[in-house]
Amino acid sequence: MTETLSKTGMTRRELLARSVAVGATFVVGADFVAGNGAAWAMETTAVKPESMATLIQMARDIYPHDHLADHFYATAVKGYDTADSSQEIEDGIAALDAAARGKGHADYLSIGWERDRVEVLRGMEESAFFQKIRGGLVTGLYNQKEVWPLFGYEGESYSQGGYVSRGFDDINWL
Amino acid sequence: MVAKFDLNDDSVVVIVGTGAGGGVLANELAQKGVKVVALEAGGRHLPEDYLNDEWDAFGQLSWLDARTTSGDWRVAKDFSGLPAWIVKAVGGTTIHWAGASLRFQPHEWKALTNYGRVDGANLLDWPIDADEMAPWYDQAEEKLGVTRTGNRPGLPGNNNYKVFEKGALALGYKEVHTGRMAIQTRDDGDRTPCQQTGFCFQGCKWGAKWSAAYTEIPAGEATGNLEVRDRSHVIKIEHDDSGKVTGVVYADKDGNQHLQKARLVAVAGNTIESPRLLLNSASNMFPDGLANSSGQVGRNYMRHVTGSVYAVFDKPVRMWRGTTMAGIVQDEARHDPSRGFVGGYELETLSLGLPFMAAFLDPGGWGRSFTSALDQYENMAGMWIVGEDMPQETNRITLNSEVKDQYGLPAPNVHFSDHPNDVAMRDHAYKQGIEMYKAVGATRAFPTPPYPSTHNLGTNRMSENARDGVVNKWGQTHDIPNLFISDGSQFTTGAAENPTLTIVALAIRQADHIAKELSAGNI
Repeated sequence: MTETLSKTGMTRRELLARSVAVGATFVVGADFVAGNGAAWAMETTAVKPESMATLIQMARDIYPHDHLADHFYATAVKGYDTADSSQEIEDGIAALDAAARGKGHADYLSIGWERDRVEVLRGMEESAFFQKIRGGLVTGLYNQKEVWPLFGYEGESYSQGGYVSRGFDDINWL
Repeated sequence: MVAKFDLNDDSVVVIVGTGAGGGVLANELAQKGVKVVALEAGGRHLPEDYLNDEWDAFGQLSWLDARTTSGDWRVAKDFSGLPAWIVKAVGGTTIHWAGASLRFQPHEWKALTNYGRVDGANLLDWPIDADEMAPWYDQAEEKLGVTRTGNRPGLPGNNNYKVFEKGALALGYKEVHTGRMAIQTRDDGDRTPCQQTGFCFQGCKWGAKWSAAYTEIPAGEATGNLEVRDRSHVIKIEHDDSGKVTGVVYADKDGNQHLQKARLVAVAGNTIESPRLLLNSASNMFPDGLANSSGQVGRNYMRHVTGSVYAVFDKPVRMWRGTTMAGIVQDEARHDPSRGFVGGYELETLSLGLPFMAAFLDPGGWGRSFTSALDQYENMAGMWIVGEDMPQETNRITLNSEVKDQYGLPAPNVHFSDHPNDVAMRDHAYKQGIEMYKAVGATRAFPTPPYPSTHNLGTNRMSENARDGVVNKWGQTHDIPNLFISDGSQFTTGAAENPTLTIVALAIRQADHIAKELSAGNI
């Protein structure tokens, strides 16, 4: 977990004591959102914690990788927690929840099945909000060096002398 | 001693741009004793600066000035401000190129004659041919140190190549090898041998790949005849009442404008910027832009029929390891209209790192269909299609008066729509590429759309007759005797081959011609 995501000065127990569950995956407090069980936490300053929790779920539903923990998605969208972005995010999440209600759900986060959340997202796929979040994730998620090994990608190689002696031609199943 | 010339020295040749065309022309002229001022919009970046990181390198090297797009190509939707993935630096796109160095096939110099008229295409024969170019290709291959030419061996095949080769042979392809690459393979040259690092597109940190940045430019400067001014962006070409060019106006790194006088101007700013500069230099005498009596400046923009095929296997490939593009199938490069299109295409190995794969595999894609592909990144192999596209008058660079660059000049708009021949060729190549991988046991394949253009060609094309194009067979503009074009915008047609070797061969030949004409007093 990256440092920006830790709720500094608070133990897991303290953090959980100050939070309420939203959906099945997240808990929120007055100024933070955390993973259920407080495996990670992220402070929020401008965006409401409930909205940030919804945004993190939306990020996973756009680019679902079951082997990536939530904190990678939280890191990918934490840049929107600014005074400049907060209104656009709150409006976008409000529209997302409204769309969920239009399909008979209480709100987006309370939808249990991914396929039902994706159906809500498909309905707003052309919106500026959806495209902004999706476009931002392309770098926000996949350019985190910490996720690269989880896909097997090895990144920089010059400092190790390239692959000339490290398996550039080691394929053995052909 | 690096030369320093005065702004008022009107005996110098001014070259705009320092890539495969301008960088080679600058060095070749300097070697012959011609005084040259080369003006380069970008800064100097050498191997120690290059970054093994796709987005960081993209930010460091790419040409990111304001540009707009239109037409039905998918780039206009997915990357509307980035029509081309090319470099702004001393050495130009030779920092980014993969190194594939192929000669045109003889029939490709005469596309109109050999293909016949194609509806909607503006095909034309080049005013030069394979025999004319053979000795210049010889020189270019020596300069670049191209593998499988001279007595140079090929590169070893990496994991991605081995998958590619097995699939190609299974389909019965015969011309399958690790390519003709401008990459050092042995310890006997000026450049370090390839260390199979990957990241060829981000600048070769070993300097194993040829780039003008660390070969032509320092060699030219060492003669004392070449001054390279970096971060110097040419914004206008000036001319006199007789219609000859007299110099260029450029903005330096601080935005201050200067007039550099010149005896001759050679424009090599890439196929987007070169016509833009001619159009932005319009005057009372040349209201449609310089050298544009034909109306062809900016037209016939070509970008090759491209696309990629990635495929997933049930075991690891690790395609990113090793030389990015050292692998080729040439069997489909022939002209064979029975396939449903004219011209041909090459298949070449290609890999992207995870960050760029996420951006380019299926731009705009999302959901499990997309992410389940990336989940298999380690088990992926990849190839790139490069084929001949049809020149069309309506595919063109124009000035966008609505959008201005940092100097207040109209930005270029790049308009491109596929010709039906392009679509037929791409579909054929997708099918063949997928078949190759299926033959090796691929469980899933992806026909990936073209990236922002790396091969940008044709917007100041070469023609026998002045009415058909912008420059003659020497790259000299038909209209203005002391104005030359020295980059890929000269291309009359694109052929199926990666263009750099041909740009270099044309620049060596042009330098020989210009030096002779200058000493004979003809220019």
